Amino acid sequence: MSDVLVLVEQTDGVVKKVTNELLTAARALGEPVAVWIGPGYNDAAAAQLAEYGATVVGVFGDAELVKHPIGPVVDALAYAVAGHNPAAVLVAATADGKEIAGRLAIRTNSGVVTDVVDVAADGTCTQSIFGGSVIVTAKVAKGTPIIAVRPNSIEATAAPAAGTRADVTVEISPAAKLATITATEPAAKASRPDLAEAQVVVAGGRGVGSTEEFRTIEALADVLGGAVGASRAATDAGWYPHEYQVGQTGKTVAPALYIAAGISGAIQHRAGMQTSKTIVVINKDPEAPIFDLADLGIVGDLHAVVPQLTAEIEKRKA
Amino acid sequence: MKVAVCVKQVPDTESDRKLSADFTLDRAAADGVLNELDEFAIEEALRIVEANGGDVTIVTMGPERAAETVRKALSMGADSAIHIVDDALAGSDSVSTAKVLAKALEGKGFDLILFGSESTDARAGVVPGMVSELLGVAGLTMANAVTIDGANVTIKRSTDAGVDTVTAATPAVISCVWAMNEPRYPSFKGIMAAKKKPVETLSLADLGLAADEVGRPGAWSAVVNAAAKPAKAAGQKVEDAGTGGVVIADFLATNKLI
Repeated sequence: MSDVLVLVEQTDGVVKKVTNELLTAARALGEPVAVWIGPGYNDAAAAQLAEYGATVVGVFGDAELVKHPIGPVVDALAYAVAGHNPAAVLVAATADGKEIAGRLAIRTNSGVVTDVVDVAADGTCTQSIFGGSVIVTAKVAKGTPIIAVRPNSIEATAAPAAGTRADVTVEISPAAKLATITATEPAAKASRPDLAEAQVVVAGGRGVGSTEEFRTIEALADVLGGAVGASRAATDAGWYPHEYQVGQTGKTVAPALYIAAGISGAIQHRAGMQTSKTIVVINKDPEAPIFDLADLGIVGDLHAVVPQLTAEIEKRKA
Repeated sequence: MKVAVCVKQVPDTESDRKLSADFTLDRAAADGVLNELDEFAIEEALRIVEANGGDVTIVTMGPERAAETVRKALSMGADSAIHIVDDALAGSDSVSTAKVLAKALEGKGFDLILFGSESTDARAGVVPGMVSELLGVAGLTMANAVTIDGANVTIKRSTDAGVDTVTAATPAVISCVWAMNEPRYPSFKGIMAAKKKPVETLSLADLGLAADEVGRPGAWSAVVNAAAKPAKAAGQKVEDAGTGGVVIADFLATNKLI
């Protein structure tokens, strides 16, 4: 069976959940070989990668690799592609993951498919496009299929494998050294999960009304262990930062539970959330288009319903 | 500074976007507009030349009607444009698109090549990085701020882990993220002036590319099938009678979500 390369997504040595999903998808295509870039490989990471089916973990541990954006990762993956002649390369469809995929496609003269939500054994990829309104199947026609898979799309299942560590060194190309990271300002480490990976997202829109009222949304997100999202109307109004915007011009999320409070459901917003598994809507306007997506819709004032829901969940957890 | 901004005409996100029978974008089904994210790149380019001198060239690949999008970009204040138009380009994927753009850009002496971070139709966000790779220049992607210091350019690069400061010597490719600046509206004077600005039209032959390297025949990836997502079965809709929060909690408990 051919190898399938999986680029490990990690922050500070902690392997992200999407990596388990990528390894699960990779097992349908061949033998997963995980690729770790940068320093900080550790026992917990090794155990997690082995649990989800990595036969080998290629550890590119050189600290130089993370001093330049994207380019060195492309160097390492191109080197691994040359060595393994893999059936496919899987990366997470995050902003960085997609850029890596695109540049690797150029480097290896291959085709690339992004925002994939499912991968079949023959390499056919399912994509959800135009904000989830159209389902497309696509296939790479030339070279090594390079596939960027959207987080939360594939259910990760464990399938323990050896996860043998193989230390690898690669020469960083001159082109990859052209841009240099001179400083890094870590994101204020929120107590909340990453928006793209969260199992629960509670999002507020125009109906929330102000920055202060977003605390109500945050309180519900916190009791559910979820992330906070916002519609463009709310971020344009300055009530919540742009990086939390869900929609056409923001992030695309597909959590197990999406709660939309005070969001009318313009195409702009629906494009970023309509593939969520369960959708609960709270809106005063019974005609709001977001109700078309709702598994449960409450026609009512979010300022009453949301705090009541938060209190009710707290009560049941107690 | 000689600055290029690559832009794309996309279907209006507020319209009903469809694919044609051959799985390419049905351009007739929706109004074509300038990709919203490209407006940030144009604005940034204009600010760069206002502060450092130079000129801004708009570069687009698209059918005849993309000329409207070029005019819009020119009306914001760009100086000239290159429009790559050729029937053989229909069905081009991201790899072909990047190759065509790189061919049009190479050897023209651009110090900076700006892009919106993604297009609102394909949303792949891969073309800027691909073009930097093809041209062998620095890739300064996902920029939410740009500063120029002589021949060096520094960006604030937004990542999932935080914000990196990234520096490179020009030439460089920069992709611009949502809300990095406030794009200007074209003025009446700008709209009138745009009509007289030079637009160079290039064909594949002009770029020295063969028809089978691009478009559908040359694509590195191909759509096999497409279908509208089946409409979601209607859920329950309940008028809040003062217990809306409890109704939701019950629903979440029944569905094992709490």
